[in-house]
Amino acid sequence: MSILIDENTKLLVQGITGREGAFHTRQAVEYGTKVVAGVTPGKGGTAMDGIPVFNTVEEARRKTGANVSVIFVPPPFAADAIMEAADAGVPLVIAITEGIPTLDMVRVKQFLMGRQARLIGPNCPGVISPGKCKVGIMPGSIHRKGHVGVISRSGTLTYEAVGQLTALGIGQSTCVGVGGDPIIGTNFIDVLRLMAADSETHGIVLIGEIGGSAEEEAAAFIAANVKKPVAGFIAGRTAPPGRRMGHAGAIISGGKGTATDKIAALEAAGIHVAPSPALIGETMARALGASAAR
Amino acid sequence: MKIHEYQAKQILAQYSVAVPRGEVIEQADAAHAVAEKLGGTVVVKAQIHAGGRGKGGGVKLARSPEEAAQIATRMIGMNLVTRQTGPEGRVVRRVLIEEGLDIARELYLGLVVDRASGRPVFMASQEGGVEIEVVAAERPEKILKEYIDPSVGFQAFQARKLAFGLGLEAAEVNAASKFFAALYRAFEATDASLAEINPLIVTRDGKLVALDAKMNFDDNALYRHPEIQQLRDLNEEDPLEVKATDYKVNYIRLDGNVGCMVNGAGLAMATMDIIQYAGGRPANFLDAGGGASEEQVRHGFEIILSDPNVRAVLINIFGGIMRCDVVASGVVAAARSLGVKVPVVVRLEGTNVELGQKILRESGLNFTVANGMKDAAEKVVRLAGNN
Repeated sequence: MSILIDENTKLLVQGITGREGAFHTRQAVEYGTKVVAGVTPGKGGTAMDGIPVFNTVEEARRKTGANVSVIFVPPPFAADAIMEAADAGVPLVIAITEGIPTLDMVRVKQFLMGRQARLIGPNCPGVISPGKCKVGIMPGSIHRKGHVGVISRSGTLTYEAVGQLTALGIGQSTCVGVGGDPIIGTNFIDVLRLMAADSETHGIVLIGEIGGSAEEEAAAFIAANVKKPVAGFIAGRTAPPGRRMGHAGAIISGGKGTATDKIAALEAAGIHVAPSPALIGETMARALGASAAR
Repeated sequence: MKIHEYQAKQILAQYSVAVPRGEVIEQADAAHAVAEKLGGTVVVKAQIHAGGRGKGGGVKLARSPEEAAQIATRMIGMNLVTRQTGPEGRVVRRVLIEEGLDIARELYLGLVVDRASGRPVFMASQEGGVEIEVVAAERPEKILKEYIDPSVGFQAFQARKLAFGLGLEAAEVNAASKFFAALYRAFEATDASLAEINPLIVTRDGKLVALDAKMNFDDNALYRHPEIQQLRDLNEEDPLEVKATDYKVNYIRLDGNVGCMVNGAGLAMATMDIIQYAGGRPANFLDAGGGASEEQVRHGFEIILSDPNVRAVLINIFGGIMRCDVVASGVVAAARSLGVKVPVVVRLEGTNVELGQKILRESGLNFTVANGMKDAAEKVVRLAGNN
């Protein structure tokens, strides 16, 4: 098993005819993902690489049975696209778009309350269940099917961690990028809950960064609820306070959200914290013990 | 994006938030006339983006127009050092001259977007003039909070809860409710990320006025607020960081000597961390974006090499979907066109990594090829130390 996406995923791509949307759709198809539909308003009735394009998500879902939507729509229109997918009853919406205004996301979050849809992201690399399905912008080739779940707020740093795991022969069940924005749909705890319950996930890598308190909350959740070994890394020990480090959410404000505090919280929860980003894979291997999960 | 106090007050006034009467000046000889027009005691306030101005000598009372002129003459052009500017301080280019008000009480009022709930939240406390972080750390029970439901906006009952919670007199509650509602309208309409009134004062005749005001704005929403983009003051920013924003590169200058260029923000932070872990000090944060095209790399090089402290550069690109040979060709072309003199350590990961490394080795330029982040960090720290 894996979480969120697998061989039964029928993917819909919102913004399929854009440059990014088209490129990553092809990458997903090449990886083996079943892409059943695309949506670009005004281009309904056409096709991209044989994938039918629709004007609305509602029509795309009705005609193709798509059960996951990925969003490559530019920032000014992305909040609207997320709400359209949720309104059409798509149960899982993965928003890759970076740069959505925060108050747009405040409204999206409100809109999603009481609806079925789970939102991952925005400003995230997406989700991959290696060997089964890839939804997002991560390079499929660095992954290997296996039993470690990876959760992260970052993109390329996640690839770095996955690359280290794969090099050590440790495969992954599912890797989830929750996104680097201050307001995101699915947080660390939501994903931890799914991974804790997934029989195929034997260990978890949690990659956090400065800003907010998601890592501290995750640590408390892990201490109380997760029996599987967890390895962690927090980026931004050297980040100056009050500055936004690339990600909209990566900022130490009012002395809160420092790497030191987060590392202390993770360690207090019994999580194995990698002291250097080059040691994330080794730290997971140690946490798993000599033979498990290979 | 940050703006000055006087700009924040101008925006707030447009939304009917009560602010003191006042005028901003750039020439000290205008101070006398402004103070005379305002009448009575006035306050002269240095306009820089950093806080802590009062303690640094950037806020002064003047009892006459002559005194106001003297203070303005001293203040404009001075280098103001506060605990937020760092030891180098900031040059004061403008002062705000405002009417002096008869203060009965000082309160705190702030509006931010709360990450955990995903909603805007009003924070208020009776301890005005004190940093909210200090109150939050020492006496968190003293902070009143009202979370705003974005589907209906800020409600009257919430304003009353805040007003009564702040211990305002019944006669003042109406005015306070109007003040809070106006502040929320300004916050929402401008896509602010912070609106802070500290202190919010109650005057002896029962009025509520924003004695100080700070507004920050969501960078992601600036595209729909051209009027706010115009308020950006480049004098308040590091010139290299200004250049970086023109190039659409995320760059933050630090005080070490190892320059670094990375694709992706999380990996860029982790690269800074591993430079320190290897015993060096990062000169900057630089996220060249996910793609790492030749143009991005050239722009990144240009910015990093403009910092005279940089002794060596680490390029850490996790190519992923991008081919490493393409990235390597871009790095070589950029370094050649700029005539890069300092040693450059390159770590590439992704498809065609061997071919990428070969291109770097055979370029004839001062490149050191590294395998993995640890190797890269150790090599660049050693080269920076020797150079």
